[in-house]
Amino acid sequence: MPSLKDLKNKIASIKNTRKITKAMQMVSAAKLRRAQEAAEAARPYAERMNAVMGGLASSVGQSASAPRLLAGTGSDQVHLLVVMTSERGLCGGFNSTIVRLARVKANALLAAGKTVKILTVGKKGREQLRRDFAANMVGHVDLSDVKRVGYSNAQNIARDVLARFAAGECDVVTLFYNRFQSVISQIPTAQQVIPAQFEAGGVSSLYDYEPSEEAILDDLLPRGVATQIFTALLENGASEQGARMSAMDNATRNAGEMITKYTTIYNRSRQAAITKELIEIISGAEAL
Amino acid sequence: MAETLQFDLVSPERRLASVAATEVQIPGAEGDLTAMPGHAPTITTLRPGVLKVVGPQGSKSFVVTGGFADISGTHVSVLAERAVPLEELTPALMDQLIADASEATAVAVDKDAADKAMGDLIAMRTAAGF
Repeated sequence: MPSLKDLKNKIASIKNTRKITKAMQMVSAAKLRRAQEAAEAARPYAERMNAVMGGLASSVGQSASAPRLLAGTGSDQVHLLVVMTSERGLCGGFNSTIVRLARVKANALLAAGKTVKILTVGKKGREQLRRDFAANMVGHVDLSDVKRVGYSNAQNIARDVLARFAAGECDVVTLFYNRFQSVISQIPTAQQVIPAQFEAGGVSSLYDYEPSEEAILDDLLPRGVATQIFTALLENGASEQGARMSAMDNATRNAGEMITKYTTIYNRSRQAAITKELIEIISGAEAL
Repeated sequence: MAETLQFDLVSPERRLASVAATEVQIPGAEGDLTAMPGHAPTITTLRPGVLKVVGPQGSKSFVVTGGFADISGTHVSVLAERAVPLEELTPALMDQLIADASEATAVAVDKDAADKAMGDLIAMRTAAGF
């Protein structure tokens, strides 16, 4: 049985924890709103981009001269997995769900005799993946000192990925990130970016192209990769804040429950001590 | 024929403009072009340069680097990699754009295109008088 002082200390410490989790929840709520706005602002660009590229891809895609970014290298031996996670913890299952999806995919590819390379963005994913796939890690992008993810961050990642692809280091590139659905639900998503995949029939082929369709597509595909990475980073950012918000909400609620529980125990044992003392006094008085 | 066309300028990070315009001067990769209402549907890539929108509320210029424009009879959508209103262009920003471009030139697969973009930027700096 803990003493009254122990209980009091314990309650005070849980109260402090609750203050911290509460503050973190509110900070995440503010950051989430900003992240959602950023994701919203990036949407028109990505949508137009996909529509135009979809149209171009469906008209050029079948020809033999199609760019390699669209048609692929003709093999699917080497897979590059770009796994995007957060830089900070305390966000519930956010990182584990992405890593789990990536791990399942990596194991499936390895079992099929393919070569797997892993590029991690965000250190939480690297820590988790390093345990199983230390030999497959080819690089890491650190975004820990980036306050607001900008398009230039996405461009740098895209440049790295495209350089690897151009050098023949990989045949297929897949992004792993969490798609933001709501504060309580983020969907881990695997999205193949190279060779590019589009929903067919975006723009009609009535357009004049200047310069040629192929030249435009050559110019656009690398941009498309950067745009997709940027979208993924933004979705991931919003998801991270959403996940953290709900995790911290749970933590705050749990702390509240624990405080109630320990306060009850504290009051009971205080009352028991008082009753005991009273009985001692009364029985002492009766004995006289 | 429509009097105006809908002009949208979007960069990956935000939507910079969405206005009605009577004409849009676009720095196309194969030469400048002006889109007016009723223009034939065209998609063109951009070179770094100044994009000018003339509308009922006056004209407005933007500095764009790379991207493409989707033109039809009733709308013009410009998807620029970077876009800055001309008033906000400072020598420091210009230098940064050039620094970014030279970084890109160093790793670019297509040297010619990168060099050309670089040349365009330097010409733009001269034109802006910095």
